[in-house]
Amino acid sequence: MLATSRLIVIGGSWGGIQASMKILQGLPANYSIPIVLVLHRLRNYEGNMQELFDKKLALKAVEIDDKVPLEAGHLYIAPANYHVLLEKDHTFSLDDSELENYSRPSIDVTFNSAADVFGKNTVGILLSGASKDGSSGLKYIFEKRGTAIVQHPGEAEISTMPLAAIQSTPGCSIMHVERIQAYLLTLHEH
Amino acid sequence: MKPENEELFELEVEALIKEIHTQYGYDFSGYARASVYRRIKRFLGQKHLHSIDELRKFLFTDSFFFENFLQEITVNVTEMFRDPTFYKSLRDNVLPILSTYPFIKVWDAGCSTGEELFSLAILLEEEGLLGRTKIYATDINQKVLRQAKEGIFSASHMTAYTAAYYAAGGRRDFAEYYTSNYGSAKFNSSLVKNVVFYPHNLATDSSFNEFHLIVCRNVLIYFNKALQERVYQLFDESLVSLGYLALGKKETLAMSDISSKYNFVDKNNRIYRKNS
Repeated sequence: MLATSRLIVIGGSWGGIQASMKILQGLPANYSIPIVLVLHRLRNYEGNMQELFDKKLALKAVEIDDKVPLEAGHLYIAPANYHVLLEKDHTFSLDDSELENYSRPSIDVTFNSAADVFGKNTVGILLSGASKDGSSGLKYIFEKRGTAIVQHPGEAEISTMPLAAIQSTPGCSIMHVERIQAYLLTLHEH
Repeated sequence: MKPENEELFELEVEALIKEIHTQYGYDFSGYARASVYRRIKRFLGQKHLHSIDELRKFLFTDSFFFENFLQEITVNVTEMFRDPTFYKSLRDNVLPILSTYPFIKVWDAGCSTGEELFSLAILLEEEGLLGRTKIYATDINQKVLRQAKEGIFSASHMTAYTAAYYAAGGRRDFAEYYTSNYGSAKFNSSLVKNVVFYPHNLATDSSFNEFHLIVCRNVLIYFNKALQERVYQLFDESLVSLGYLALGKKETLAMSDISSKYNFVDKNNRIYRKNS
């Protein structure tokens, strides 16, 4: 049996690094659900986002390599210039095809793929950003009876992305980052 | 695709993959499914088709339509000097060693429309090695091979490619390598004088030569683990001892049986060297 049946996928753009950092800083090293983080970043920018997260979090932060398996206690960061997909056997597949919503990685691509594999056990969280990427993916997660959460637009550094998602998925939960963190902690199984 | 139809869609794709193999001989059974599903959904959307059934009718009655489908399913998005640090590393860490061989053989596997091939050729040219290097450029898709041979790319990309060329350690005026004409840039055919273009299917074909360097970047991400393993074995058979294998930035040998025979030359850029 696969050790995990749930997946948390977080998407963000401008302001998304800070918001996701705040949420994830409260999670323990043995957090029971793997987390995938898709943040828009500059193309060909050799940033050390992985190091930044790894230093500040109890979770082990890794940049996704093709075909690695999902494990608890890990934060999987989408690499620059690749879309991130999930396979039925709970491994990653990377994809370097066309940009979606002017982005690669695209949040929609990962949200859609996660929902196809994890269905109602998918938790999608969309954070601050000046883009519409993620809103159709969040809607798809919601339609698959997964959990759709959007950062409160009043709190988001840029509210475009949360507002687009609220419009596309009126049934989503709108939360501040502290609430999102508290919610994720309720999902943690000791 | 409606969420409740996803399971049905996936079953239909499996049947379609078998049928394509029988009818056209292309075997997609080892392709990573998440990506195949996504490509097919995208293709259906582009062609305004609503089901796999509709798609089948066109695929099996119109070989031009099939060729178009093939082009879309096998991702052919590529660019010159993608990941400049990779090319810089190739220039600094690999080419000086290759230059000690009297004759160099390189395999550009999955060369697609040729952007990577021309980048490699430019690198070899600048290191004074192109004249004694033979590059085998292969792809499953004959159409992209023809494009690669022509070396004509959109002029709109040249600003970005020029920047990437310099970031990769380029020392000349990049514009020397091509002539612009009506929105296109045609690269000097002398760059590919020693290139053999050759249709080769990594999923089914075998080793055909021995190489000092194999470059296969962002091709294997579209394969499942079993097919990846097949290809790694194929590369292992096709590399001389102390030969180099260059993968995409996020591709890894770590999960392969051949990994114990290889060491990193550059971990960040996934350049490996085979042990002696």
